[in-house]
Amino acid sequence: MIQKKEKIMEVLFLVTACISVVAVALICIFLFANGFPAMFEIGIMDFLSGTKWKPGNDIYGIFPMILGSIYVTIGAIIIGVPIGILMAIFMAHFCPARLHAILKPIVDLLAGIPSIVYGFFGLVVLVPFIREHFSGNGNSILTASILLGIMILPTIIGVSESALYAVPQSYYEGALALGATHERSVFSVVLPAAKSAVTAAVILGVGRAIGETMAVMMVAGNQARIPSSIFKGVRTMTANIVIEMGYAAGLHREALIATGVVLFIFILIINLSFSLLKQKSEVA
Amino acid sequence: MKLKQKLASYRKHPGSFLLMLLVLISAVFTVSVLVYLIAYILIHGIPYLTPQLFSLEYNSENVSMLPALINTLYMTGLALFIAVPVGIGSAIYLSEYAKKGNKLVKLIRLMAETLQGIPSIIYGLFGMLFFVGTLKMGYSILAGAATLAIMVLPVVMRTTEEALLSVPDMYREGSFGLGAGKLRTVFRIVLPSAIPGILSGVILAIGRIVGETAALIYTAGTVPEIAGSIFDSGRTLAVHMYSLSREGFHTNQAYATAVVLLIIVLLMNGLSSTIAKRVASKNK
Repeated sequence: MIQKKEKIMEVLFLVTACISVVAVALICIFLFANGFPAMFEIGIMDFLSGTKWKPGNDIYGIFPMILGSIYVTIGAIIIGVPIGILMAIFMAHFCPARLHAILKPIVDLLAGIPSIVYGFFGLVVLVPFIREHFSGNGNSILTASILLGIMILPTIIGVSESALYAVPQSYYEGALALGATHERSVFSVVLPAAKSAVTAAVILGVGRAIGETMAVMMVAGNQARIPSSIFKGVRTMTANIVIEMGYAAGLHREALIATGVVLFIFILIINLSFSLLKQKSEVA
Repeated sequence: MKLKQKLASYRKHPGSFLLMLLVLISAVFTVSVLVYLIAYILIHGIPYLTPQLFSLEYNSENVSMLPALINTLYMTGLALFIAVPVGIGSAIYLSEYAKKGNKLVKLIRLMAETLQGIPSIIYGLFGMLFFVGTLKMGYSILAGAATLAIMVLPVVMRTTEEALLSVPDMYREGSFGLGAGKLRTVFRIVLPSAIPGILSGVILAIGRIVGETAALIYTAGTVPEIAGSIFDSGRTLAVHMYSLSREGFHTNQAYATAVVLLIIVLLMNGLSSTIAKRVASKNK
């Protein structure tokens, strides 16, 4: 009797453990099954490299959106990565323990703020700022990049910081003993030793930035065309889905799901490279 | 003297000084962004937190957030009701039952990691296709909660697994030694000692659920009234805020909603890290 119960519960635990596998499989199946037919109907090349998105005329080219996602992600990386890594270095090697106890929750807080609040903040603070101090109407690649750069900070800081801690203390001490200054030891010995994990942090940040929806949508302007400068508005793949899904039907709706599929494939590639890099840094 | 030495060293190594400056600047930047964001939202939002905003009825004149707040409670409760048992069950399997180096375990971990990297808009699309469409739930609290449950599942899984792994093996050995079976050991000995760790993960999950927007717009819908049952559509607080800021007529109320959202999320974060800290200090 007890043996039976043990067995039943073990199987039950196994089943719950398999739910995440099932979930990923279902997500793949449903997205691909609903997205690919539209891609074939539109023509894969026309869909991916078409520069016109005119649902009214049944023209669906998501190239501007792919480019949009890539632009804002690159912008976010340019802004977020240096600050994030430097902040991680500050937390791991520069600040006293007491300050660290304050900074850690602050970084966690940055991670916890909902993206809609970030987006709103961008809308009421960043957009007017860019409009007044630079050119354009404020809804631009630059605005979205700054906002995303801030949003990926906690991701970059968290992963880089633990990577820095993982470097053996003897590296740092060795560098000091050779006469290097504290800064030089950290930047030219400890940081390079943590390189692959820090790269993994950056990749994770890329994943966050490219998948971000609400915040980007609220500040990027969302024009579905290839932008001519960083002060022009841009529409990302994520924004494309949210904006038009509400009223889309038929092929238009399927084209939006196909946009999701393209985004999903981007994410899967990013995830995979993150896992590989993480494994590599754990082995090293 | 020490400061003087340091200054002298910086004079000799201007590069080091520059690096130190950069590190300091990025630390100051990160902290001031967070402080500015929170202060800005609070200062602009608190004056508009009027009692009318908490009336039971939503109408176009008084965009009350109370219905959304109640929906958020429903949504959170239901999503946790699905995600927590599954997450804990998976974690129990992974840490107590699975053999080391098992292929299945590797797969489960990889999939959980994949789930964690999927952006919320993809969850939203999947929820719309699977729960709303195929399972015919319609736009409903249930569909939204099921979508969110998958989204927070890896969070619950990971924190629970960590909590279970931190339970010392001698507890298990002691229990086995007294003649208890595996199941009894897990439920009576291991789980109770891991509860604080699990709790901090659950609270983290609550934070994610409360702040989520993109995954809910096309699964739970945007009806601004209290959902009568879990099969009714209803907007959560974050979706409510999105609607307000998008319409543009109720910016002040959007600020007020942002304040409430921020306070909930900050509270959750604080609670989670306090519990996590207590666990960490106990384990030492």
